[in-house]
Amino acid sequence: MKLKIIVLAKQVPDTRNVGPDAMTPEGTVNRSALPAIFNPEDLNALEQALRLKDQFPGTTVTVITMGPGRAAEVIREAMYRGADGGYLLTDRAFAGADTLATSYALATAIKHVCPDADLIIGGRQAIDGDTAQVGPQVAEKLGLNQITYSEEILSLKDGKITVKRHIDGGVETVESPLPCVLTVNGSAAPCRPRNVKRVMKFKRCLAPMELPQGTGFGDLPYASEYEKKPYLKLGQLSCADVDADLQQCGLAGSPTKVKNVENIVFKAKESKVLTGSDEDVNGLIKELLASHTIG
Amino acid sequence: MMNYYKDINEIKFELENSPLMERIVELKERQFEDKDQYDEAPQDYVDAMDTYDKVLDVVGDIVANVVAPNAEEVDAEGPHHENGRVRYASKTYENLAAMNHAGLNGMTMPRRYGGLNLPVTVYTAANEIVSAGDAGFENIWSLQDCIETLYCFGSEDQRQKYIPRVCKGETMSMDLTEPDAGSDLQSVMLKATFDEENNCWRLNGSKRFITNGDSDIHLVLARSEAGTRDGRGLSMFIYDKRDGGVDVRRIENKLGIHGSPTCELVYKNAKCELCGDRKLGLIKYVMSLMNGARLGIAAQSVGLSQAAYNEAVSYAKDRKQFGKAIIEFPAVQEMISNIKARLDAGRALLYQTARYVDIYKALEDISRDRKLEPEERAELKKYSRLADAFTPLAKGMNSEYANQNAYDCIQVHGGSGFMLEYACQRIYRDARITSIYEGTTQLQTVAAIRYVTNGFYSQVIEEMEKDLPQPSLKGRESSPFKGELERVFAMASKFNACTAAVKETGDQDTLDLCARHLYEMAADVIMCHLLMQNATKSPELFGESLHCYVRLAEAEVEKHNSWIKNTLGE
Repeated sequence: MKLKIIVLAKQVPDTRNVGPDAMTPEGTVNRSALPAIFNPEDLNALEQALRLKDQFPGTTVTVITMGPGRAAEVIREAMYRGADGGYLLTDRAFAGADTLATSYALATAIKHVCPDADLIIGGRQAIDGDTAQVGPQVAEKLGLNQITYSEEILSLKDGKITVKRHIDGGVETVESPLPCVLTVNGSAAPCRPRNVKRVMKFKRCLAPMELPQGTGFGDLPYASEYEKKPYLKLGQLSCADVDADLQQCGLAGSPTKVKNVENIVFKAKESKVLTGSDEDVNGLIKELLASHTIG
Repeated sequence: MMNYYKDINEIKFELENSPLMERIVELKERQFEDKDQYDEAPQDYVDAMDTYDKVLDVVGDIVANVVAPNAEEVDAEGPHHENGRVRYASKTYENLAAMNHAGLNGMTMPRRYGGLNLPVTVYTAANEIVSAGDAGFENIWSLQDCIETLYCFGSEDQRQKYIPRVCKGETMSMDLTEPDAGSDLQSVMLKATFDEENNCWRLNGSKRFITNGDSDIHLVLARSEAGTRDGRGLSMFIYDKRDGGVDVRRIENKLGIHGSPTCELVYKNAKCELCGDRKLGLIKYVMSLMNGARLGIAAQSVGLSQAAYNEAVSYAKDRKQFGKAIIEFPAVQEMISNIKARLDAGRALLYQTARYVDIYKALEDISRDRKLEPEERAELKKYSRLADAFTPLAKGMNSEYANQNAYDCIQVHGGSGFMLEYACQRIYRDARITSIYEGTTQLQTVAAIRYVTNGFYSQVIEEMEKDLPQPSLKGRESSPFKGELERVFAMASKFNACTAAVKETGDQDTLDLCARHLYEMAADVIMCHLLMQNATKSPELFGESLHCYVRLAEAEVEKHNSWIKNTLGE
């Protein structure tokens, strides 16, 4: 059985080790102060895809990422670890997208590059936005089943996939027909490391967007390599390439508006110990009624 | 640490800042002849250097995220002995899986056998990086370089049979020592007999202290010439675990490197293949094997020194006493500066040695395919001699430094260092073996002493003096390290004077007695020069270490000088 798997991955600022300059005075993320990394749970997602590729030879794993030119690093990283290739979804029209516009763009791209994908796998959420909305929205837009919080693929046969998912206070095993969308939890197996032979082979891979303005592959060092080895040119898709509706892309397609950003301070309030006796419970009910917390 | 390569600028400096590197790449890549045949082969020197950097980045990443975090658990669990086999500590399998996924095996082997064709210098860096994360695991992983000996001396059939397997991650061991043959390998008694009926060799007997003794592919030293008692009756054999016949009788209970199983092996009519020619087992092949292994231990030692430095600095910055971090107290600072100085000086010696090994090995390899030009033959001879002279210095000095650094690291931790919850105690235990195995420091001295007495080290030092970036007296005046330079000259004079005085006695016992002292004097001066070369190129990276190291080395040289003078005077 040969599967076609799409992995959705995002380049994010590394918000795990933030310094004082991590936020701008306006309350947005200061991307220049934080190193750009492969979103951690997308790496867990990639590992699940690569395990299926190990299990079913001939399977292809294709990465799709949306972002500026430098986001193509995510595709290279995935290829070093075993992915076959990928597409950089990049266009000014995609800028400023919230989760709705992002999932629209991704779903449109998937329909364009691989309408017969068996599985679409992404991380549960990205560490910059923490919404966990994009995966489920992509599933909805493609009209596919979704399994969120996936931790392990237990089996894949007869057109069905069985997945263990991580839920509050335990695990749940679910089954779905293919194709479907999986979002993978950080508790799933960590991604395998980069393979050095693949690093050597793919280190020069570039998306056209990464080239200095006004130059082509022919102007690069080792230009003849790009002629001889087509795999060194990464796939790139614009809004027009995937026939996306401009109204649903980027800022125009984003209903989310940030009102303001506040610091949250967790404070432990004064506590009171109740025994569970009828007397204490009655006292609590009276108190809560008086404060209009209940009733 | 996020990445054990990227976060340590000194390693990258060592790789990139030697005039020899370009020659190494050119020889190793044979004018980049693989570039049209293998997608992963470099196009030119710059491309190759970029590849090395990226490979080590992967190593550093795996060490930071897998090997180092697993080290404590591997150390606590250790390997298990089950039904005559070894089962590693469970996290060791995780480490091996990561290395195999990354394809970090057969690193120096040619591409046609599935190897990465990396120079020894780059492999040495990888070794150091892995060791800084877990020196015990480094042992298992780095035994892959036994394949170098099989590559050099095995037949083409044997190369094709075994090298691709090692490149895919099968492990190796070198079965040399026996209960009555430790340092004295001439006494090896494991019996190899030719089985006429099955047309193969058979091994019978036992081996002791075999690192990773349940490996997939063993190189075995055994007595093939019945009735002989010395080194000339020994041959080298390849034992393939798939054939069976070798069992693990027990696993040693060691002070350190718990992750690495040290085994007692029993050979029961085990089928094996002769590697190379009969009778050359010890005198040629094991010597080659040991030189490679000694460079490996030097790298392991530098990794341990780096780990000791990391732990000492992080604790000293964190720990507050008398209202401030203890790193602010000069007495603590001194210990940390000394660790760093010995680390940087020892590392400079390690990489200089690795580069010498690279040039002569690459030329030797070329000579298997074509006749060398006269100037290439001269080059081969020159670097082969330098490698032979530098290897015992690098192994002996770095292993002693690793011990000293680990000791100081615990001292920086004070009482906490004596408790088992800090990493420094593991580093201390792991470091202890480095000055013992693959030839004790005393045996490194034996290997090196002829280069003292025949004046080779003095000649090397003289050339280093000539090669100084400011050769003219006027230039020296303006050198930022003018003071150090003069003192290193004075140290070299003391070394030469002591050597002459010892030789003058004409007494072998006196020479043997003074050997260790002369050996260390030579190494101290050479390391001063190497560190000075580094500091001249990058004062910000090595300036402090140079000041500190020259002070240390000067005191050491004076100590040896006085010891030798007093001994000769008695």
